Amino acid sequence: MTSIPITETQSLPADWRDLLALTKPRVMSLVVFTGLCGLLAAPVAVHPVLGFTAVLCIALGAGAAGALNQWYEADLDGKMKRTANRPLPAGRMSRQTALHFGVGLGAFSVILMDIAANHLAAAVLAVSILFYVLVYTVWLKRRTAQNIVIGGAAGAFPPLIGWAAATGDVTALPVLLFAIIFLWTPPHFWALSLFVRSDYANAGVPMLPVVAGVESTRRHILLYTVPMIAAAVAPWALGLTGWIYGAVSIALNAAFLVLAFAVLVNKATEPKSMRPEKRLFAFSILYLFGLFAALVADRWMI
Amino acid sequence: MPKPEDELIRRRQRERSRLLAILLGAFVVLMFAITIAKMGINR
Repeated sequence: MTSIPITETQSLPADWRDLLALTKPRVMSLVVFTGLCGLLAAPVAVHPVLGFTAVLCIALGAGAAGALNQWYEADLDGKMKRTANRPLPAGRMSRQTALHFGVGLGAFSVILMDIAANHLAAAVLAVSILFYVLVYTVWLKRRTAQNIVIGGAAGAFPPLIGWAAATGDVTALPVLLFAIIFLWTPPHFWALSLFVRSDYANAGVPMLPVVAGVESTRRHILLYTVPMIAAAVAPWALGLTGWIYGAVSIALNAAFLVLAFAVLVNKATEPKSMRPEKRLFAFSILYLFGLFAALVADRWMI
Repeated sequence: MPKPEDELIRRRQRERSRLLAILLGAFVVLMFAITIAKMGINR
């Protein structure tokens, strides 16, 4: 992908690799995984074709939300090292192409979900896309340090959608799965924002470390870890899952708590000395994969 | 002689057309499979 000045790109058709990059494939992998786990944890057998289509729709919906996020935030992305090489800020694609691609992909994913699964799954998918784009991206992200707390709900929808696609309803377990990701998002993103603080500050994004400082963010990480642990252990404590999930959940949550404490006691203010923060960020991804994998193992092995 | 920009435009158009054809083919196969699956469930 050659970088071309923005004036020339207006007449160039976008490269398909850049259209793919708009969908944030790396973020999508976690969304697809949690959506698939929601579908597989449901107490009904789903036809493989319909299950595959439902997960495909979740992936396409997440891709659409990512594309619309990049369409709206092109100016912001251009100010941050981490995102400056994305197709829009790098000038490899026009904003109109990104908008058309995002809206088209989002509408397609919702319609296909309605055809393959049911109205409820399609409705929740539509709400999740709109929530991410309108509530998080447009409304909260540039206005409040609580952006990630409320916006975290957008990423918490996939297991709920997977479950709804399989069963046609929503019960206590998928709501708890929603709560786990919702409460996991703030410690996950705050750990990241601690060591890329200057990037957010330069772009004018009011992330917690920029607005409230490093020490306050470290306290907030631990503060949100406690309810996250409660939500993560609840499916087992309430008898909604078996011992496999219970054992894995307790082990993963204990490790998360230890790493959150390590972040709390770290006094470093320079990113290069923020090893506990980097460790917590990396582990938090593994944590979510492990927890949801245990949920599926529990459902299929017991 | 065609300009380098023209060649780039043609190449991208060809790539996107090819990809669109593959995706449309996959969509037709998927819709067929969904229909068969739904018929099996409703039977």
